[in-house]
Amino acid sequence: MRALKAYLRSPPALIGSVILLAVLVMGIGAHWFYPGDPLGLAGRPLQWPGQNPRFPLGTDSSGRDIAAQLFHGARVSLLIGFVATSIAAMIGIAIGALAGFYGGAVDTALMRVTEAFQTLPNFLLLLVLVAVFGSTIETVTIAIGIVSWPPVARLTRAEFLTLRTRDFVQACRVQGLSDAHLILREVLPNALPPVIVYASVVMAVAILLESALAFLQLSDPNVPSWGNLIGLGRNVLRTEWYVSAIPGVAILMTILGVSLVGQGLNDALNPRLASGR
Amino acid sequence: MTRLLVEHLTIRLPRGADRENAIEDVSLSVAAGEILCVVGESGSGKSVTASAVMGLLAPGLAITAGRMALSGEELRGKSSEQWRSIRGRRIAMVFQEPMTALNPLMTVGEQIGEMWRVHLGLDAKEAARRAVAALREVSLPDPEGALRAYPHELSGGQRQRVMIAMALALEPEVLICDEPTTALDVTTQAQVLALIKDLQRRHGTAVMFITHDFGVVAEIADRVAVMRLGRVVEQGTAREVLTNPRHDYTRALLAAVPGLHAPPPRALAEEAVLEVRALTKTYASRGLFRRRKPVRALDAVSVTLRRGSTLAVVGESGSGKSTLARCVVGLLGADEGEVVIAGARLPPDRRAASRLVQMVFQDPYASLNPRRRAGAQVAQGPIAAGTPRAQAMAEARELFVLVGLDPESVDRFPHEFSGGQRQRIGIARALAMKPQVLVADEPVSALDVSVQAQVLALLRELQERLGLSILFITHDLRVAAQLCDEVAVMRGGVVEETGRIGEVFAAPRSAYTRSLIEAIPGRALFGA
Repeated sequence: MRALKAYLRSPPALIGSVILLAVLVMGIGAHWFYPGDPLGLAGRPLQWPGQNPRFPLGTDSSGRDIAAQLFHGARVSLLIGFVATSIAAMIGIAIGALAGFYGGAVDTALMRVTEAFQTLPNFLLLLVLVAVFGSTIETVTIAIGIVSWPPVARLTRAEFLTLRTRDFVQACRVQGLSDAHLILREVLPNALPPVIVYASVVMAVAILLESALAFLQLSDPNVPSWGNLIGLGRNVLRTEWYVSAIPGVAILMTILGVSLVGQGLNDALNPRLASGR
Repeated sequence: MTRLLVEHLTIRLPRGADRENAIEDVSLSVAAGEILCVVGESGSGKSVTASAVMGLLAPGLAITAGRMALSGEELRGKSSEQWRSIRGRRIAMVFQEPMTALNPLMTVGEQIGEMWRVHLGLDAKEAARRAVAALREVSLPDPEGALRAYPHELSGGQRQRVMIAMALALEPEVLICDEPTTALDVTTQAQVLALIKDLQRRHGTAVMFITHDFGVVAEIADRVAVMRLGRVVEQGTAREVLTNPRHDYTRALLAAVPGLHAPPPRALAEEAVLEVRALTKTYASRGLFRRRKPVRALDAVSVTLRRGSTLAVVGESGSGKSTLARCVVGLLGADEGEVVIAGARLPPDRRAASRLVQMVFQDPYASLNPRRRAGAQVAQGPIAAGTPRAQAMAEARELFVLVGLDPESVDRFPHEFSGGQRQRIGIARALAMKPQVLVADEPVSALDVSVQAQVLALLRELQERLGLSILFITHDLRVAAQLCDEVAVMRGGVVEETGRIGEVFAAPRSAYTRSLIEAIPGRALFGA
């Protein structure tokens, strides 16, 4: 409750929530605002925004409605961000928790694996995964999750390392409780707040990674994602720059919203920081 | 001549705190060559008063009324620039924790020398010369060697001597000591108190000494101010306040200070419920670059706890008493020797061991999970051992009643309880497993004196009702005398002396035990 109040008192967190909510409404309501296939031919190609009242944001080089793609793209981008972040958080928390809780050989082994992942630039790894497993929207999302977990694992491990020696954890050991109880019920809830905050960063990066893939035309071309739209606009960038700029602004706003929410969560879940402001 | 004057000072707390003002209408004065002890329990506002006088109020606190003056010069409304020239030079402070108050990356010599270089602009050579003299004055054994040492290479008492040397380096008019001996062992505390008293007499410094311990007050104070909930409830000379207190609160606090008289000895059962046999534990040096000498925390320690009695394990820090407690409950594995409970060796399996021995921890704030309900934390042990959930929760409610808590509070979270109440939850949690032996590791040392007395009374009552056998770890001989039947005195991992507590404290056989008893502050007043 206290955390929720602190969250609602912070203006950046509120602005971030409003932006995210708007994107969410765009995504959920896409079929209602723009029924039909957003990738279908809608009119004469490359109409500037405002030129034709039927297409308030204009059309792209194939004559598809940019506004429709923008709305449907919101759903795809958010879904990719959310699912990829969940995958990264699950892998990262599991590995970090085991490494931090048991320490010793388990820690050494799991951390070497983590470092192996971290030493590769994650976009490069993503390209390899997509090249090997194909570029349907499912594989792209899973691949983004797979390249994003190492920082989550490190953060979780650090939290576990300090928490596992606390008296309340020792007290539970003396009570004869199992390791599973200690990890899941005692340590994890206390270790989670910084991980949740970091998840907002992962989400922002996931959306960007997908856009970057799409820009290189390596993402799924059959879904109306923002990245695909930017990639399509590349060919007409010098004359009809709005084709790339409009989805670019959408990505910018979404990332901004996610970051602001993350910042707000951080202040709310970390009382020492919040009171110092 | 009045050096420090505080008149009708009121400091407001930020909104949403448990009371409106941190301190209210506080008036104090300290004359040259005088020691004023400000005594109070936690939350009494004594540390806020000290930080106001140093111009170091925490953000969110604001002075709303009153004045403060240093040798007649008004302190309220000074800019941060002006404060900086006052702090260190005219008002100095000694903190509670000497390790965190010193910079770990600078040698002692550099840190003391910095005082003269910054405030007086002396060169490094002259600063070093003065630093040696200052360290000699605080009776450090090897002043030249200490100059080159880093803080972690000194003991706690030595670090506190360095802090005092730094504080007195510029001959300040006022010295503020915030619980300077609370983190130290009794024998070291006695030495540091004697040192502070000696130095202030020689320099004629005015000292404001903040403490929660009436024993320390009896040792050092010229005058005493007793604070409670932000107000000064009583002020007077040390003799007046200590021997003839006028306010009820002072009287209650003084009555709560335990004496060293052991209650008359009880008849003890012959049967041993816990036997520790030749237990040895060595902390080995680990790592490639840090080759340290292995530390022998326990060296062939043997003690016996009789059924239904309490055995005190007393000793200073580093004596191995906490290691012993952790080995007995199975949190640490011993290298050699064995722990035998009710005739059988302590099993390595956690669940089997949990029915034999339980532990009450020192810090009531750290020993409860902040994110789980109090009742669930008490009931989880029995549930894991196979008791049905509903029955375990019903038992938890009964245990809450037993330790003097409202049974309806099982659904509350730990932060809704006070320190003393949390320690009661800790005791209930240990009792829930119905153990043969209860290990209490400094269970009252983090609590205020009045709360301490209540928790000790609870333990005594529980022992009578349930026939508990308690291994009671403590550094405080007075607390041990209150509760325990027998005592084992530990030093450097070895048991120095064991016996009935009354006999050991009345006629100690070992010189170490005697020095511990003699170092207890305020012995003359509270009896030994």
